[in-house]
Amino acid sequence: MRRTLKLGAAAVALAVFVTGCGSEDDGKSSSEVDVKQSEDCQTRTKEARDAGELTEVSLQLQWVSQAQFAGYYAAVAECYFVDEGLDVNIIEGGVDIVPQDVLASGDVDYAISWVPKVLGSIEQGAGITNVAQIFERSATTQISFKDKDITTPADLKNKNVGSWGFGNEWELFAGMQDAGVGVDDINLVQQAFDMNAFLAGDIDAAQAMTYNEYAQVLETKNPDTGELYQPEDLNVINWNDVGTAMLQDAIWATTEKLSDPAYEEQTVSFIKASIKGWAFVRDNPEEAATIVAESGSELGQSHQLWMANEVNKLIWPSTNGVGTIDEEAWAQTVDIALNTKNETGATIITEAPPESAYTNEYVEQALAELEDEGVDTIGADYAPIDVTLKEGGK
Amino acid sequence: MAQLWNRFRAVVFGVLGVAAVVATWDVYKAFGPEQGVLVGDTRVLPRTTDLAMPHSWEMLQRFGEPVTGLPDAPDAIRAVFDASMFSLGLAARGWLIGVVVGMLLALLMSRLRIVESALLPWVILSQTVPLIAIAPLVRRWGSEIQIGSYVWSSEDSVAVIAAYLAFFPVAVGALRGLKSPDKTHLDLMRAYGVGWWRSLITLRLPSSVPYLLPALRLAAASAVIGAVVAEVSIGLKGGLGRMVIDYAVAASGDPAKPWAPIFGAVAVGLAAAGAIGLLGLALRPFRLTGVSTQ
Repeated sequence: MRRTLKLGAAAVALAVFVTGCGSEDDGKSSSEVDVKQSEDCQTRTKEARDAGELTEVSLQLQWVSQAQFAGYYAAVAECYFVDEGLDVNIIEGGVDIVPQDVLASGDVDYAISWVPKVLGSIEQGAGITNVAQIFERSATTQISFKDKDITTPADLKNKNVGSWGFGNEWELFAGMQDAGVGVDDINLVQQAFDMNAFLAGDIDAAQAMTYNEYAQVLETKNPDTGELYQPEDLNVINWNDVGTAMLQDAIWATTEKLSDPAYEEQTVSFIKASIKGWAFVRDNPEEAATIVAESGSELGQSHQLWMANEVNKLIWPSTNGVGTIDEEAWAQTVDIALNTKNETGATIITEAPPESAYTNEYVEQALAELEDEGVDTIGADYAPIDVTLKEGGK
Repeated sequence: MAQLWNRFRAVVFGVLGVAAVVATWDVYKAFGPEQGVLVGDTRVLPRTTDLAMPHSWEMLQRFGEPVTGLPDAPDAIRAVFDASMFSLGLAARGWLIGVVVGMLLALLMSRLRIVESALLPWVILSQTVPLIAIAPLVRRWGSEIQIGSYVWSSEDSVAVIAAYLAFFPVAVGALRGLKSPDKTHLDLMRAYGVGWWRSLITLRLPSSVPYLLPALRLAAASAVIGAVVAEVSIGLKGGLGRMVIDYAVAASGDPAKPWAPIFGAVAVGLAAAGAIGLLGLALRPFRLTGVSTQ
């Protein structure tokens, strides 16, 4: 019996110990990103917080921490948000987290999401508005090895074509539809998070974001040469060139709250600091990649820097100032959303989105204020840096 | 002496079992066809390339290397250990909540037949709701909860989701256990004029132990799965689920890396099962009382 008691006590102690391990000490939810700030900014944030000068604002990302969102991290790390009187909490996404739903249900103040994905949600009743189109260009491509000779969407016919689905397939389908290739004419393969199926030859043309999966391939050793794969080994179908690009990362706000002057003002401040963050990423891609890495991204160093650099290319140089929603690009996105059918014959939306779906009102104010401060929001002479990828993105 | 030998033998066979799995892996990798084995168009055995099946020693070696190229990046083993403890902690919280809820439900159901008729179908229905459907809901509902200075965190969401899976086997197992005493034993209790509480403690609870232990073990496994899947689902940082997603990016360039969190999950599962084993030892005296052979 005594032995039993001892064992019981051991089990209880173990349970208590293990349970203790699960709780965080800082009392901050782990979905909130702890962005590493410079010491100077840390002090300023604390002082402003203690003085009660800051408004708490939360931003829901589309995915976990990575350089895709570097601008917002930089804006926190460099105190751009604090300068605008905002205390911004960045909340990471997850596999089943739909940013526009989180925003529409009022859990956060702003969200980052792709336009086509949100258009579907708006039609289903989500009351949210695109207030700044941060990415001007699309990063989605379809890549294939040179020997497959797939250089245009028409070449995809009768090929194994990879796609992640879940709203990532529309540019591909639109491009194919324009080239007269139906969804039935290809063998659509469900693509995983990694590029192994592509490398093993199960997928002839795989979906790849310029800032992520494309790099994953270039980080892999080519068994034939013993060196890493080179860009020369690949054909890339870029939807920007084909003309079926859709608008991607944008800042979304709650439509209803935009009638409140305080929220309107806060939105302008938020956009302003975010654009300033992106200007920082443009001028300091290495530092930006480090900020993201130190804020808890698990990506390898060269992969992270590659991502920061590629994301810069999507933003800079900007045609009308970062964040401005180009009417033509918006119309193209809506047109594809209305008229492209997926494998089940469905389209993203069945009628044109309401006027409240986007507005340039706030971004224009933000850009004007930034111009007064002398911040370059066009980046006319922007030139990307050269990033050397290492094996495994290390 | 015989007991010592038995223990020794158990350890030897345990090690041999692991070695056999490792050997099968590497032998198949060495001699299996590079394109795997296909029946028609379906691949029944995997490819043997380094991408699909890294050598066992490469996976082991990867544990000793830093996670990323950052100067202060921890070794993979350290990162996996931390993540495993985090997930194990959440699973344990989920398990505890699940056991308490499951036991309470079982007690209620065994006390009042009408409650059993009303609740049991819901208990079973609850398990047909896919985890990926409830995970975002739990997070959203949770985020509205604030009691005093206590703010609901994503960890709480994950623990609740783990509990959601864990309570089921406990509720069903304990109910069966509580109803397991022989009619004669119950009649005897009644003849003594003993109340419900007393017969619960002296008869029903002890005789439920043989049913409860497998249920607790199942609950532990469910809690671990629930915690890891919920982490993936809502993107909670710090645990194994999130690590699986993060490391998947390296699947092509650094194929041994994505295996690291999988081994972490195995270790967590073993630790959870081991803890229940300890609990089973503690409850051993009760296993003999009050149970007739079925």
